[in-house]
This record gives sequence, C-alpha cells and structure tokens, in this order.
Amino acid sequence: MSAPFVPHTEDEIENMLASLGLSSLQELYGAVPAAIRLAGGLDLPDPLSEPDLRERLEALGAANRPVGASLVCFAGAGAYDHEVPAVVRSLASRSEFVTAYTPYQPEVAQGVLQALFEYQTMVARLAGLDVANASLYDGATSLVEAVNLAVAATGCHAVLCSQGVNPHWRAVMSTFARGSGHEIVEVPLLRGVTNWASLDLASGKAGAVVVALPNFLGCLEDLRQARRLAERTGARLVVCFDPVAAGLLRTPGSFGADVVVGEGQPLGTALSFGGPYLGLFACRLGDVRRLPGRLVGETVDTEGRRAYVTTLRAREQDIRRERASSNVCTNQTLMAVTTAIQLGWLGTGGLRQVALRSARAARYARESLLAIDGVEAATDAPVLREFALRLPLRAETAIERLAEEGYLGGVAVNEGYEGTSYAGALLVATTERRTRAEIDGLATSLEKVLR
Amino acid sequence: MTASPGGRALSAPLAGRESEPTLFELSVPGRQASSFRTTSLPEWPAEDLVPGEWLPEAPVELPEVSERDLVAHFTRLSHRQYSVDLGAYPLGSCTMKYNPKLCDEAAGMAAFAGVHPAAPPALAQGWLELLVELEEMLCAVTGMSAATLQPAAGAAGELTGLLLMRAWHDAHHEARRRVIIPDAAHGTNPASVTISGYEVTTVGTTERGDVDLSELRSVLDTDVAGMMLTNPNTLGLFEENIIAVTDAVHEAGALMYYDGANLNAILGVVRPGDMGFDIVHLNLHKTFATPHGGGGPGAGPVAVRTELSPFLPGPRPSLLDDGSYGWTSPPRSIGRVHSWHGNALVLLRAWTYLRLHGPEGLRRVAEVAVLNANWLKEQLRASYDVPYDRPVMHECVVSASSLERDTGLRALDVAKRLLELGFHAPTIYFPHIVHEALMIEPTETESPQTVAALADALAEIAAEARTAGRADAARAAPRTTPVGRLDEARAARNLVATYDQRAGGGDGGGDGAHDSRG
Ligand SMILES: Cc1ncc(COP(=O)(O)O)c(C=O)c1O
Repeated sequence: MSAPFVPHTEDEIENMLASLGLSSLQELYGAVPAAIRLAGGLDLPDPLSEPDLRERLEALGAANRPVGASLVCFAGAGAYDHEVPAVVRSLASRSEFVTAYTPYQPEVAQGVLQALFEYQTMVARLAGLDVANASLYDGATSLVEAVNLAVAATGCHAVLCSQGVNPHWRAVMSTFARGSGHEIVEVPLLRGVTNWASLDLASGKAGAVVVALPNFLGCLEDLRQARRLAERTGARLVVCFDPVAAGLLRTPGSFGADVVVGEGQPLGTALSFGGPYLGLFACRLGDVRRLPGRLVGETVDTEGRRAYVTTLRAREQDIRRERASSNVCTNQTLMAVTTAIQLGWLGTGGLRQVALRSARAARYARESLLAIDGVEAATDAPVLREFALRLPLRAETAIERLAEEGYLGGVAVNEGYEGTSYAGALLVATTERRTRAEIDGLATSLEKVLR
Repeated sequence: MTASPGGRALSAPLAGRESEPTLFELSVPGRQASSFRTTSLPEWPAEDLVPGEWLPEAPVELPEVSERDLVAHFTRLSHRQYSVDLGAYPLGSCTMKYNPKLCDEAAGMAAFAGVHPAAPPALAQGWLELLVELEEMLCAVTGMSAATLQPAAGAAGELTGLLLMRAWHDAHHEARRRVIIPDAAHGTNPASVTISGYEVTTVGTTERGDVDLSELRSVLDTDVAGMMLTNPNTLGLFEENIIAVTDAVHEAGALMYYDGANLNAILGVVRPGDMGFDIVHLNLHKTFATPHGGGGPGAGPVAVRTELSPFLPGPRPSLLDDGSYGWTSPPRSIGRVHSWHGNALVLLRAWTYLRLHGPEGLRRVAEVAVLNANWLKEQLRASYDVPYDRPVMHECVVSASSLERDTGLRALDVAKRLLELGFHAPTIYFPHIVHEALMIEPTETESPQTVAALADALAEIAAEARTAGRADAARAAPRTTPVGRLDEARAARNLVATYDQRAGGGDGGGDGAHDSRG
C-alpha cells in the first residue's frame, strides 16, 4: 500500500477508530449500500516510488520535443515562445502563492490579493479600459464571457464575429452558444482583414461586435470600422487583443473597445502544451456589475490600514446562484500573479522592447521567406509579429519536414477557415527570442523542404 | 490524544505585518530589470513597422523596478499569505490537502512545459500517452468509460457536462428544459444550469440530510433533463438513498450528473458509475492534490458512460491503430471547450499523484480523510451543534447556532479567531441550509496531532465565549494577522479595483473625500 502523504501510523489509526467505537476503516462507510461497494480494488496501475516515477516521467518526456535550440519555435497561433526569466519562475513558484486557496479569508491572503490588484491594474492599462478581473481560464473563455456580458447588457443575442478571431476561441464560443442561445454570425476576411462590408444587416441590431487586434493571421485590423458598426447596431465592441502587441500599438480602449479580452500566456507563462494559461478580461466601469469572475478591490481594516479584498461579490455564483451571469469559481490566479511579476520585470521599456523586437523579427522573417521560390503572402494588410504564407506544399507536410531540420516552422491554418483562401496557409510567429541566425536557418530549411 | 509539537502543522503567527506598497509606488522611471537575447537583426524603428494609425502617443506605463526590488516585493507579499505548505487549511468542500513536491518537479520539466500546444503529434508522443493514461485512470476511479480532459476547473466541467446532457437529449429528439439540484448544492451548480440554457428546479433536504425523495419524485417529469448531485453531499454525508434517487431520475428519462468536488471521500470504496451516475466531473485540484494557486489553475475533466462518449469535446488524445498517439474527434462532438487541450500541466500533476498511489494507496487516502473528519466531529460535539448527526465522510458541517444565541458568537467570528490561533478558517455559511455553518475538511494529509490541535483551538474559541458570556475576544479577531477585519462594504461601495482608481494616489487608504460615511 502506497499512501506516501498520509502521516498516520497504524497505531494512530487504530486509536482513532477505537475512540469512535470502530474496529476497522471499512466501518467508516456504513452508509454506503453494500450493493454498490467496490468489490475488488480500483483498476489502476501499481504505485511507483518517487525515484521510479521520476524515471518514468523522464522516459515519457523523452518522447516529446520541446522548443529550444534543437526545435526553434516559429509557432504561435495563440501560444508564444517568449522570454521567461529565472526571477519570474522563482517568484511564481513560491509555495505561498502556489498552495493557497481562493482568498476567502482576506486577513491571511493579502499576498495573493495585492498581487491580483497589481495584475488588474496592469491589464486594465494594457487594454486601455477602467477595470480588469482577476483572470478567467483562457483566451477562449474570456471571449465567451465577454459575449455573454455584451448580450446581457444589450438584450440582443446576435453576435457579429470576425473570422480574424482565433478559430479555437470561435469554436469554444459556438460550443457554449448551444446553451446560451446566442446567434453567431461570422464575418469573413478579405486580403487578411475583416470585410465588414460583406455583412447584410437585416435587423440592424446586435449584442456584440467581435474583432481581434492583431487578428489570427497576424494582420492589423481597422478598429474604427468595427467601432462604427458597434455604434450602428447598438452592440458592445469586444476586442481580442495580444497583450504583447500592446507594447507597440494603441490600446483597444483608445479605439473605442467596450470589452477587451486576451490570452495572457505570452506574459510569463511557459508554452505548457496549452495550459494552464489565463484569460485576460477588461471592461468599462459602467459594465463592472456584469464583470465575470473575481474582482479585487482596495479597502481598509479596522485600524485604517490599507488592505485588499474580493469585491462586488454579489455578482458571483456562490451568492447569486442560478441568476449569476457567470459560473466561474476557480480561475487562474497563479498565472495572474505570474503575469504581474513578468510585467514588473519587463516594465514600460521592456514590454515595448518585446513587441518591437518581435515585430522586427517578423519583418525580417517574412521578407526572407517570401524570397523563396513558390512562397507567397496569404494576406496583404500590415502585420505585426505573425504572418501567413502560402506554400506550394501542404503546410502540415512542410511543418513535419521542418521539424526534422530543427524548426517548429509554424502552425497550419485550417480549422475555422474551411473553404477560404487562407485554408492550408502556414502561420509563422516570431518573438523577441528569435535571432537572425535562426531565421536564416529557417529560410534555408524551408527552401530545402520545398525543393 | 495530546497536541505535541511533533507532526503538528499550524503556522506561527504570520510575519509580514508591515503593509507593502504596490509595485507602482516602488517604480522609478528608467529602472529596468529585463534583458533579451542578442538577435543581430536590423533595428527598424517602430514607425517603420507599424502604420501611424495604430501607433500610440505614449507607451503603456508599467512599474519600473530592479530585479532586486521585484524579488523583495513579491517575497514580502508572500509573507502576507497563508498556504497549505505553512499549515492546516481545513476549508470544507475545497480538499486543501498537501501538494506533493514531485508533482511540482514534473510540471517544471522542460520536456513537458516546453512543448507547443500546436506541435504535430509526432513531437508530443510523451504528452499524448500520458493524457491517454490519465483518462483511463480517471475512468477507473469513477466507473466511467471515456473522459474529456479539456475543462479548466470544476465549473467548466459542469457546463461541459450539461451541454453533453443537452446533446444527448437532442439526439433522442427530446426537448427537456429543467435540471434538478438539491437546495444544499454548491453555487456553481445552479449557475451552470442557467448558462447551459436550462432552468433550475430545487429539491429540499430531509432532516437526516438526504435528498428528499418524495419531493424529488413529485418534480420528476418528461421536462427534466437531469439532476446534479454531489455524493457525499455538501453536508459531508453519503446519500443513503442514492440508488433510489438515480433510479427515479433514470425512470423519468433524465440523466444523473455527479459533481466530483467531494470524490476524495470515496476513492476506491464506491464509484459514481456504480451509484448510477452518467456524467461525472472531477476537481483534480481537490482530489488529486494539484495545488490551488491562490484560486486556480484547476482542472475539471468530465467522464461519461459509453452512450455519451460520442458527444465528448474534441479533439481527444487517442491511441491510434498504427500504435502511435494522436488526436481524434468524437463523431457527434459538442466541440471544443478550451483554447487548447485543457490545463495540461495540472493534468500532468494529477497523473503523477495517481501513479504514486495505485489502487490501495488511493483507498487509504479516502479512508483516512473520512477518519480525520469523523474524529474531529466527535471532538467538536461538546462545543458546537451538529445539525445532521450521522457519521460523516471527508468533512463535517457543524453550527455555531447555539453559541450565537447564547453569546453572540457567529461562525464568522469563530473563523476569524481561528486565524489568530494559527489555522486557516473552515468554510463558513455554506451549505446555506445550515444556520451559522462551519464546514470543516481536515483532509488525510493532516496528522492526528494537527487535527487534535485544530479541535482544541475550535473548542477554546467556544469556551472563551461561553465563559465570558460574550463574543468580544472573537469579535476583535484577528489581531495577529497582517491586517485585521476589513471594511468589505466600503470596498464595494467605493470601488478601487486598480491603482489608477485610487483617489489621490496612495495615502494608505484614507480617501475620505470619496467615502460616503465621511
Ligand atoms: C461542491 C462543489 N462543486 C463545484 C465546485 C466548483 O469547482 P471549481 O471551483 O473548480 O470551478 C466546488 C468548488 O469550489 C465545490 O466545492
């Protein structure tokens, strides 16, 4: 029997049982009907000791190819290979942050609460809006919650969503729309950016207009057009933003966004095979009573000392129950704390550097790859740190072959773009970590792969 | 049992009583901690890279601090924070057990943490194998046949499960509109029901603490899509009539949903599948010891019976015919419920925990969790009311009702006084059907000495109030914590949710001008 974290000795167990008038652990389960008790044991593999298990982990790990010097990362599509320094990893793994629960007792949770207050401030600034919540699960969930907010605020179920929005997020939105009943209209792209003019606005009303900056194909969208559409239809303008790009672009709020959502992974969280990441969520003060999830506010204690506490709690599921606008309870607090630490490490200049260096690498990479015979641009609009290419070869095949050369060459564009001119494109992303030598190497390898 | 120092986990009074400025107040313009790779790329200026209409007038301001300041700041914040590593955390319904360090190490391995989620399967065979194995283990534990690992927390699992329920009824051309939940259910249950497009029907609890069967039968009809239940329930009791409940619901053509928040009590003893449940979510951040991270990340996989597996979210990690691992999408999938594949590193931690235990180890986990809770309840009987007086499972719900009547001491006061005595507080005022509820879950990882010390502390709090005939001591608590009781009403009335909203910019909180009470 292996229960390495149960401290009780057999004697202690016997004594405790005796004090309860019991003679065996089984007797604790008198309330479980005999007919359904498990006869044998669970059908699970036998336990491994810690050192044996570490070997098993290493063996499994060896069957993975993480990004790094032997697999240089040009893949993005919502998950980016940014610098995460030792100091961020070290602080974010402090067990006071890692092993705490939701701050239900604020007197002994000021550490997490203040870190969240700082996080909320930073996210609100990046979004260019008044308030941000304490995180949601991921970018997709933030989008779903933003659309729920917009529909509730406007009373209109129609959602006009650009196809420039991350296709996985769109997929999650349509999954949840089966419950919420939102009617989602996807607006196609033209030359890489949303073709709002293609919309046939029969009813003229909408609950949400959703657009991404930059969009999934890396292009910069004209948010003023989206803003005008939102005004014309009475909708909330929901902008999906890239928090790193925010280091170089005007904030979505300054373009008139009502709700700003995003994937927080690029700010301090490892690629992690897709999770845990965190959903960024910011809105205007006027919508704060519809804000999903937790919100930390400042107050004072009985002695007048500054202190932090979760606030506007009456919005949340534990109080409002079936009338709550969101069911979120556990969120991604540790990732939010990590993000605050990373943004503190970056500072004003550092975030700008990350964005600028990523954009420079993208410019250089795009020019280098377009110089290869048979490689064409899949979009015309200006791009920032990611771009889509058409290859004379299936993108999946190119990615497989590039991996043999030591490059994760990008992500194939397919899901969510079926039947469009973008299907089959190769989406290439660069971060501040990509060097000239790596980009030259990718170009040489792609040339070889295409030959 | 005496509370000797050995094996006793409770914190010393917390350090960190000095308030800590925000990072914004520590900022000095021009200071920078960050540094980047040497890239040798052309240094095009921003104006060459971004058309003017997108260029900001000024960059977004972030704190500018040295690495040393950053470390001091977050280390000091961490000293103002209680955690499982510091001491017992008997928060009912949350299963705040010890989080094994090997799991941290596994989650930190570059071979896992460095894999891009869009990497082709050939580059992620280790991950895929691990996830397939985890799915099998979760199915074994719950008695189900297939699972999705995508949901990021319990509530996300609930919503996923309810959409599966809807898809199943749709496939049978049934338009059912209502989902039943007990009045003692966790708040996420009714919230998820509404968000999934159903209406909540609530059924009551009997005096013994079970679902009221006759009331349940009276609300069951062809409009009911399913029932959500946790068993052990939120009173910490095993539903004695569970088979009658699941039978009745099935007879009405509805499905049974298992909220797995309380699974820790029954690992290896009885499986939700054998109780008659059709859809099960698990909270890996409870039962399988993945740490809570101050409020997340968690993971809320959903396991189902064979008949429901065609509807599961996709893509799913799968063993393919050629012996390799890849992704497959179920034929009638409800679609994605996560940006990628779920909280993968949390799933990895749970896999590690399961592999350390094996079948008997898991059963021992459950048994000792139940033993601790029952032993604790017996110690508390002298000081607190025990509203549903039956042997409990992994947690016990007691009430400060009589204490309140006699001395004015409320559950909230007990919680705050307990913080002074070095423990985290239990869950209070939940479930709502118990007056002045204290919901206490010691978990199996707290030693008998720790549980005894917790019992002593709770008894002491009650004795104090009874001796004085008043609740003064507890009312003033906590005094040894980084801050005392907070003015929560003010936080809501005068919302300051960002540093930028702080009136006048940081005078220690005394923004009297905005405080309506003056
Ligand atoms: C009984 C019960 N159900 C559901 C949940 C929701 O789980 P999560 O917080 O992971 O969303 C919880 C957790 O707080 C719970 O205790």
